[in-house]
Amino acid sequence: MPEPALPPDTSQGSGPMPEPMLDVVGLHKTYPGDGRPVEAVRDLTFRLEHGEFVCVVGPSGCGKTTLLKCLAGLMAPTSGRVELAGRPVTGPPADLAVVFQEYGRSLFPWLTVRANVELPLIEKGTGKARRRELVEESLAAVGLSGSADAHPWQLSGGMQQRVAIARAVAYEPAVLLMDEPFAAVDAQTRGDLEDLVRDIWRRLDVTVLFVTHDIDEAVYLGQRVLVLSAAPTVLQEEVRVDLPEERDQLDTRKDPRFAELRAWAYAEIQRAKADVHRSGAGPRE
Amino acid sequence: MTAATAPARGPGTAAHAARRAFRALALPAVLIGVWWAVSSASGSYLVPPPDVIAAAFAELWFSERFFADALPSIARLLGGYALALALGIGAGLALGSAPRLRALTEPVLEFLRAVPPPVLVPLLILLAGVGNGMKVLVIVSGCVWPILLNTIEGVRAVDPVLADTCRAFGVRGTRRLRTLVLRSASPQIMAGARQALSIAIILMVISEMFASSSGLGFTVVQFQRSFAVPEMWAGIVLLGLIGVVLSLLFRRVERRVLAWHTGLRAATRGE
Amino acid sequence: MTAAPAARTSDARTSGAAPAAAHPALLGTAGALVFLALWEAAPRTGLVDARALPPLSAVVPELVDRASGAAYWIAVGDTVAAAGLGLAIALAAALALGFAVGSVPVLRAYTASTVEFLRPIPSVALIPVAVLLYATDIRSTLLLVVYASFWQIYIQVLYGVADIDPVVEQTARSFRFGRAARVRHVIWPSALPYVLTGVRLGAAVALILAVTAQLVIGSPGLGKQIQAAQAGGAVPAVYALILTTGALGVLVNVGVRALERRVLRWHPAVRGEAPV
Repeated sequence: MPEPALPPDTSQGSGPMPEPMLDVVGLHKTYPGDGRPVEAVRDLTFRLEHGEFVCVVGPSGCGKTTLLKCLAGLMAPTSGRVELAGRPVTGPPADLAVVFQEYGRSLFPWLTVRANVELPLIEKGTGKARRRELVEESLAAVGLSGSADAHPWQLSGGMQQRVAIARAVAYEPAVLLMDEPFAAVDAQTRGDLEDLVRDIWRRLDVTVLFVTHDIDEAVYLGQRVLVLSAAPTVLQEEVRVDLPEERDQLDTRKDPRFAELRAWAYAEIQRAKADVHRSGAGPRE
Repeated sequence: MTAATAPARGPGTAAHAARRAFRALALPAVLIGVWWAVSSASGSYLVPPPDVIAAAFAELWFSERFFADALPSIARLLGGYALALALGIGAGLALGSAPRLRALTEPVLEFLRAVPPPVLVPLLILLAGVGNGMKVLVIVSGCVWPILLNTIEGVRAVDPVLADTCRAFGVRGTRRLRTLVLRSASPQIMAGARQALSIAIILMVISEMFASSSGLGFTVVQFQRSFAVPEMWAGIVLLGLIGVVLSLLFRRVERRVLAWHTGLRAATRGE
Repeated sequence: MTAAPAARTSDARTSGAAPAAAHPALLGTAGALVFLALWEAAPRTGLVDARALPPLSAVVPELVDRASGAAYWIAVGDTVAAAGLGLAIALAAALALGFAVGSVPVLRAYTASTVEFLRPIPSVALIPVAVLLYATDIRSTLLLVVYASFWQIYIQVLYGVADIDPVVEQTARSFRFGRAARVRHVIWPSALPYVLTGVRLGAAVALILAVTAQLVIGSPGLGKQIQAAQAGGAVPAVYALILTTGALGVLVNVGVRALERRVLRWHPAVRGEAPV
């Protein structure tokens, strides 16, 4: 993907292109609340091309989770639309998988690791032989072949999140949504998992939308970074990460370009927060 | 990382087992000895020595009387309990997943749960006579409440992240019910089922004591009225044994069903 | 592109997560009314035999009538006294034995099998013994109540004593707390939630067994009155008295829960954060 290596490309959207993988248009979500409706997402428009890896960052409390739930079809937006490969999302789509932040709570504690990965495939109607194949492959991909018969709670936090990733991968989705998946694992494990996700993305033909609150992580992982404003959320900025495709925890993070992008994103988020403070005492509060 | 079940037995298993057996049997032996000494010393007819009770027990229950009196009682007990489980869990799943319906019925259910189940015996005699049906009905109507209310509680407490996971991966219908709802509510359901089991035994005995001409409860009261004291004790011992055996069985089932839960709890407590 | 006026999203998320449930209290009242209406309608429409299930309008006057007489309140008093006294005895015994056995591992190991055997013995099995020993005296009732509720509390006390946070225990030791101080400041507060759980379970069981004993043995109280009413064919009275026992049951539940909340107000701060 040849991109101009000059200042961050801050243009909105990517212009007319054929059939985006994920197309979000005018997404708006207001929660009814009791007597005091709360506007979480004001207006979001963006698209992901087939095979892209895009990270979403924003100040804490911006509507990241709301956005993700709308994309995953777990929640209906108040207005606007979400399209996956040209089809509108009304419920959880079949070719989309989610990795939740709360790994401890998104794995079934009464099922073994293998059964956790297999369950969605059974429901999908995948044949038995193919199921076994997919489970083996995806567990191998996350380096957990040896723990297939353990229960999730017998594993460390990082390993549990690997199981959740394996489950998502085995589902063979076209789009993988990840909701701050590494927010609750320790720093070293986190580096490993980041590389694992990049590796999986490059090997499989999958489009990834990765939500995080960590700017470094967003810049390290993504081809593009979307910066959200504070709630009610709009798309504040967008930047193309013009780092080399081969990324490495040591070298990439030392790259001056990495530092630049990171500083830029940091400044954007500070600006997003400042905007809130300025208007914080407004009539809405 | 695989220590889900009982810890591996260390070396010297035989000596270890012997010590465990001694620990388990020492106090019961002492107690029986004390009973023996006291009963033969006092000579009270109310408290016959253990050997007399044992002899009466063997004579009474190792005969066709077991099939005539004890077995029907046990059958009613298990039948009523099974019905209560099916009803309680079924209705609990329905009410638990329908918030409005639950809010509508909750106060009434809480009241019905608070009624001491034995008072249902005279009531159900009015409604259903004194036959087998009444006795099973008594057991069902007393046992169903803890199961029902605990199931509701359990279904309510299903983790929203797990529920979202199911939705995201398209797991629904009966598979969702079996792999998500029932399993995640199982600790609460088992707690309710355990309460219900002891209520079931109580109700079995009372329904037979109150209005019956057969069954364990009736037999025991009959012996008491005719001052057949060793036989009465033999009946009490059988009732006790039924209670103990059922609770052991229950524990076995519970251990199987909730193995994941005990493991999870131990893991989150960092043990 | 600037951010628009702020609104707290955390609020948004919580209020958004809960579906707009109409006031549950209102629905509950409605449900109770529907239940009462059904009760009235079922015998009147002939759906159920009115001799077996008299309509609500026949039961309520009966209840009012009884409640205006002294006999009713004496029976209520007898039942409450038997359950309460039995519970108190069981509590005292369970606390003393539970703390003693629970804090001495050897005792615990040697009593475990006996406890496991005695606990599941249904207390109603003791009814004949109670009758032979005490006939219809209140002691009959007490025997059953104490036996049944003792185990509920005792087991909880054992759990509670075993569940002391080792760090707290070590802290107390490193500050050279004496035995009395350890019991007061470490063991008792750690075990208290369990004790209260035991009291809650024990209180429910105590009421059940008190009524049972009166019903079957005939010692004075609500149970005996129910039995008498049933034998005399006074069906509305049976229902009126059963409603009374239900109300007592609700009172016991509500009372113990209120006690739990009061006594354990400080507790979540201490315990809830310990296990991670």
